[in-house]
Amino acid sequence: MKFLLPIFSLALATSAARADWLNFRGPQGSGYAPEVSGLPSELSDDTLSWKVSLPGRGLGSPLLIGDKVYLTAASGPDQKQLHVLCFAASDGSPLWERRFWATGRTMSHKKTNVAAPTPASDGDRIYALYSSNDLLCLNLDGDLIWMRGLTLDYPNASNSLGMASSPIVAGDSLVAQIENDSESFAAGFDLLTGTNKWKTDRPKAANWTSPTVLKMGENEVVALQSSKGIVGVLPGTGSPVFEYTSGASTIPSSAAVGDQLYIPSNGLTALSVTADGADPKKLWNESTQRPGTSSPLVIGDKVYIINNAGVLNCASRETGERLWRIRLKGPFSSSPVAGADNRLYVFSEAGIGQIVDLSGEEGKVISEFELGATILGTPSLQNGALYVRSDGKLWKFGK
Amino acid sequence: MKFFPLFLLLFFSTPISTRANPIPDSLATLQAVGPEGKGNTEAAAAWKELTDQGSEIIVPTLEAMQKASPLARNWMRTAIETVFRRELDAGSDLPTKAIEEFLSDRKNEPNARRLAYDLFVEVDPDKAAELIPGMIDDPSPALRREAVAQLIDQGKGFLKEEKKGQSVSVLTNALDGARDIDQIEEIAKLLRGDLEQTVDLPSHFGFLMYWNLIAPFDNTDRKGFDEVFPPETEINLQSKYQGKEGKEVAWEEYSTSDDYGMVDFNQPFGPIKQVVGYAYTEFDSAEEREAELRLGCKNAWKIWLNGELLFGRDEYHRGIRIDQYTLPVKLKKGKNTLLVKACQNEQEQDWTVQWQFQLRVCDSTGTAIHSTDRKPTPKPNAKPRRRAAE
Repeated sequence: MKFLLPIFSLALATSAARADWLNFRGPQGSGYAPEVSGLPSELSDDTLSWKVSLPGRGLGSPLLIGDKVYLTAASGPDQKQLHVLCFAASDGSPLWERRFWATGRTMSHKKTNVAAPTPASDGDRIYALYSSNDLLCLNLDGDLIWMRGLTLDYPNASNSLGMASSPIVAGDSLVAQIENDSESFAAGFDLLTGTNKWKTDRPKAANWTSPTVLKMGENEVVALQSSKGIVGVLPGTGSPVFEYTSGASTIPSSAAVGDQLYIPSNGLTALSVTADGADPKKLWNESTQRPGTSSPLVIGDKVYIINNAGVLNCASRETGERLWRIRLKGPFSSSPVAGADNRLYVFSEAGIGQIVDLSGEEGKVISEFELGATILGTPSLQNGALYVRSDGKLWKFGK
Repeated sequence: MKFFPLFLLLFFSTPISTRANPIPDSLATLQAVGPEGKGNTEAAAAWKELTDQGSEIIVPTLEAMQKASPLARNWMRTAIETVFRRELDAGSDLPTKAIEEFLSDRKNEPNARRLAYDLFVEVDPDKAAELIPGMIDDPSPALRREAVAQLIDQGKGFLKEEKKGQSVSVLTNALDGARDIDQIEEIAKLLRGDLEQTVDLPSHFGFLMYWNLIAPFDNTDRKGFDEVFPPETEINLQSKYQGKEGKEVAWEEYSTSDDYGMVDFNQPFGPIKQVVGYAYTEFDSAEEREAELRLGCKNAWKIWLNGELLFGRDEYHRGIRIDQYTLPVKLKKGKNTLLVKACQNEQEQDWTVQWQFQLRVCDSTGTAIHSTDRKPTPKPNAKPRRRAAE
């Protein structure tokens, strides 16, 4: 017993200190990581730690686990070659690469690509989903654990414009939304074997939003968004526990904070939900807070959205009332992220990285930096550093 | 009694990786992966066992791809590349000669041969480069691509030097070999441009250019996709039927001169909405054979070969491209019938006007298969032919 206790304590300490970035928009899929501090206050050549070339296209965010960076890409004339890449966070040196042949359709709109979804992780394994509906699980050393070809299993599950929803780990399931005009479904996959734990029909309509996890005490509920609204399901069974039926966007995803959900719906709608089957309680709706492609970001008592005009709006989280707004250099496909330093980070499609200081009465752009490449992906944060990728490059800013 | 402990000692002290050849069992396990995650757990263990071995697994694993599903091939590919990279970095001996022999045997699985080529490039780049010109008629499209790219560069070089005759010759060879759409388009543009050559793209691709069309049937509320209209139960080109809103509809002859075989229902019937149209044609095959029907369509569609429904998809206006859908089929010797159902929905945006499809017949490499009675490609800009009003 005396021997085991220090090991257990060390494990807890290591896990807490790592503050890994495990999925699209980081913790809870909401873009805000209060445990990440020391992020750069300037994006410039001086704060650029390193950049590396990538073998293919992609707009999924990097995962940051321990001292490694994990990323997906797709290459070849029809993007039929899928990549999972691992780099050293310290210097960007390549550690390993795994390549796969796509088993599903790789057609997409030219703006997006086959490596559009961000992978997910439980900290021990990487779960990589592609627009071709290939779903792979590798351990952190690159050993192949399981593989699914979801278009082989469900032949009409595809979107000719491309799929982009990112999966997420909740409880002991990987939850993915494979939603499209034809064979539309969501499913929970066993983390160790890749088999279906559950699979449920979803609205037959194209949908690029990603599931968001609500953490309510010991309970986790996954919010599945679509044009119909939101359904909250238990990750282990897919059983619905709440439903919001007033419609929602099919591009920007919701942000979750505890039991509250901020939904791109009729502008922006704030809900309070429970896992006991009760109807969700609408806290407010603000029609002027209308997210464009970027998903909303909630920090403390404020909620931030970027509209289609490239205007960053800050609103009260309690009432939805707008507090201030500033015009950024848009347009944006990337979503904003933030750490503990009262700064918001976002990249325009033209590749202009922008830092907004949130510490004053109103937001103020304090840094702009042109990457010289189209940026559609959302940055990731860990341990004082920001990582962002284009079709051809991966950059690290900060220490 | 003395033998038994010795046996146990030997068994438990022998690492798994050096036990009597584990490769065949591991490969059989990978070949057994199935739908919906079946066999994943066993495959992960087999993958680990394979990748714990040395470079001796590379060629047997390449060979095992011949009888592997697309999923199983991916398990095998990652095992090969994992071992190859590790052994290459360690400076170990690699089975270079055996990889080259595998690559050279055109009967081997096309993806496996491309992978073998990628490995071979790393160990003997000069020899690999020498192989490229001979790949111009390779059954693996991914290998052909290398040879075609080389010829395109040569053709461009001759063109730049104003050696038009040589450029035409080289680019014509490139077109004969090309199977990837981007390369075909690039070659056709060069030949038709400064080189002023005629290029019959529909024939090269194997697009079907002559059809009989009938429309409109009702697709209000998108219900027509599931509804069975008369062409699905009988093909009689002389028959007339009750179409949408009770109006009589009849089959019309139609041909397209489009480079990519686009069959446009809007041409004969106008840009109407919430309608269903059918296209029928016949294909005379020289022999009974495996083939692929490759369809592009941005409307909801169904397709039948010889009266058998092959597939259907109820997606509208999300995009169209050549070879968007690939349908493996078996052609009968002689006459084969093809029926395509194309549904137009209610959307009114300008990007939802199209009511069309393109269909070609080819083999698994994308090489066109022509009907024995294939007619000449209609001249560009020719108006679509319609049956004269009776």
